[in-house]
Amino acid sequence: MKNKKLMGNLITYGLVIVAYAIVAYLLHAGRLTSLVKGLLVPICVYVILAVSLNLVVGISGELSLGHAGFMCVGAFSGAFFSKCLQDTLSFAPLRLALAIAVGAVVAAVFGLLIGIPVLRLKGDYLAIVTLAFGEIIKNVMNIFYIGLDSNGFHFSVKDQFSMGMEPGGEILVSGPMGITGTPKDASFLAGIILILITLFVVLHLIDSRDGRAIMAIRDNRIAADSIGLNITHYKLMAFTVSAALTGAAGSLYAHNLATLQAKKFDYNFSILALVFVVLGGIGNIRGSVIAAVVLTVLPELLRGMANYRMLIYSIILILMMLFNWAPRFLEWRERHLGRLFRKNRKEE
Amino acid sequence: MSFLSYLLKGVSLGSVYAIIALGYTMVYGIAKMLNFAHGDVIMVGGYAAFTCSMTRGMAPLPSILIAMVVCTVLGIVIETIAYRPLLEAASPLAVLITAIGVSYFLQNIVLIIFGSNPKSFQSLVKIPGLKLADGALTISGETIVTILSCLIIMLILTQFISRTRMGQAMLAVSEDKGAAQLMGINVNSTIALTFAIGSGLAAIAGVLLCSAYPSLSPYTGAMPGIKAFVAAVFGGIGSIPGAFLGGILLGVIEILAKGYISTQLSDAIVFGVLIIVLLVRPTGLLGKRIQEKV
Repeated sequence: MKNKKLMGNLITYGLVIVAYAIVAYLLHAGRLTSLVKGLLVPICVYVILAVSLNLVVGISGELSLGHAGFMCVGAFSGAFFSKCLQDTLSFAPLRLALAIAVGAVVAAVFGLLIGIPVLRLKGDYLAIVTLAFGEIIKNVMNIFYIGLDSNGFHFSVKDQFSMGMEPGGEILVSGPMGITGTPKDASFLAGIILILITLFVVLHLIDSRDGRAIMAIRDNRIAADSIGLNITHYKLMAFTVSAALTGAAGSLYAHNLATLQAKKFDYNFSILALVFVVLGGIGNIRGSVIAAVVLTVLPELLRGMANYRMLIYSIILILMMLFNWAPRFLEWRERHLGRLFRKNRKEE
Repeated sequence: MSFLSYLLKGVSLGSVYAIIALGYTMVYGIAKMLNFAHGDVIMVGGYAAFTCSMTRGMAPLPSILIAMVVCTVLGIVIETIAYRPLLEAASPLAVLITAIGVSYFLQNIVLIIFGSNPKSFQSLVKIPGLKLADGALTISGETIVTILSCLIIMLILTQFISRTRMGQAMLAVSEDKGAAQLMGINVNSTIALTFAIGSGLAAIAGVLLCSAYPSLSPYTGAMPGIKAFVAAVFGGIGSIPGAFLGGILLGVIEILAKGYISTQLSDAIVFGVLIIVLLVRPTGLLGKRIQEKV
């Protein structure tokens, strides 16, 4: 049992490393178009987002529709940090690593603060409140102005002129326009390393005593409560770890963009992440990785069809959901494609 | 006076939210699913009315009726093809994601047919506005019609549910699907009926929304849809008076926040109020408390 789990985890890590090797070779051979090159970092970001959301949705069993908010917080704090240190710290990899750490810590604090009240709720109510928090974060980020001049930091929630800055000062965060000119430190290698770290954290948590407690609470809250598990503690643990990893992904994301705007992180972003999780298999970490890659690449592959691409994407999404989840289809699949799928069944 | 006019505007917007929230809450009550595509049905209703009245030059009332028929049929088709096979699925998330797929589908099919440029929607309400207190307070025709239609819809709906066999069947199915089936109620057609009513109401909401805020694009329905969903949760999801109360309150809070605090923060304030209400009353204002059994 133990070995099988270890095997499964090793396969997941191996998959990521092999994927990196192949892409790195193609990059080196100059076989990739600029379109694909531009997609590499976002794919890494989405993979991390999907894996960390799966920790909440699949392992902890709570539906969160607000992960875009954590990503927003992580992205802004990371980008802000890098902009402040742009001149003092010129070694880009270290600056990126620190910025990602800052993003993760700030998002973790938000996750903790939001988690304490929110995790008292259940089911769809919890989902709607996380959505509400995500939207609040987006809206509040949208009105922040922060500037820097020789007198230090200036701060406003109205507009850039009411900060009262000296003429030579630099505006760091400018409301709806967000942060521009973040150093482009993000690279595919950094993304892959962050994916591996995320996988390590999440898989390690799942296989630990804490992880088993989290899953016990998911499967039967009352039973877990009656054997003395501290429900709030474990739920909060999963939620905060997930928020931190999402924040790290956000920070990486910000270092790949010329302009970072809060309006990008609306609820559609959270929903996109949820689509990855559900399509990859709820609670299945490797599935999340694969689904995030496939669903990010798919719309780009369909790009030749111009306007029709999102239409086709939506039809594929509906059909995949029906095929994977509808009891009637599952029965049909069992009967006609039994031989193909039987092996998988046994593993479960 | 400005307070009164804000209040009226808020009640009017809240009435639209309430009509949309009714669709959410009925579907949730009976199928236990969040129909994320509901907002996009509103948008389809808006486009249907737009095509009838602007492109074909039809009168307002027939345009609205055609929009309602289009949306009702659409609601039944969506339910039959995309949702029904998944209502018994192992995870309730499956149907939620499918609903998101349907939402993308509707947005993009409208995008292909009508293009991405917003259409300017001419109000279908031809009633002149009221001027009160020597013109200090103007109530637009749209406001009057919206509030009135919301009240009428509420009245008809509550009567329908409490007086007719079909309404009673809906209540029974939302209470206990299995028991309802044993009593000879056709569960599938009852669920389809719920979707049909919800979608028909969405068409009315679409027309009212576009008459008051005259710009129509494939993404018009998304935000009002989410807000109405919030309203339904606010009032206690599954409860029809709750949807009405939640919708009106949400509209008033939004307009007052826009008027007195900040336009940019109005959404944040609306969501903030929702969070506070849910933390105090975890099942919404009028929601049923469910006792947990061991």
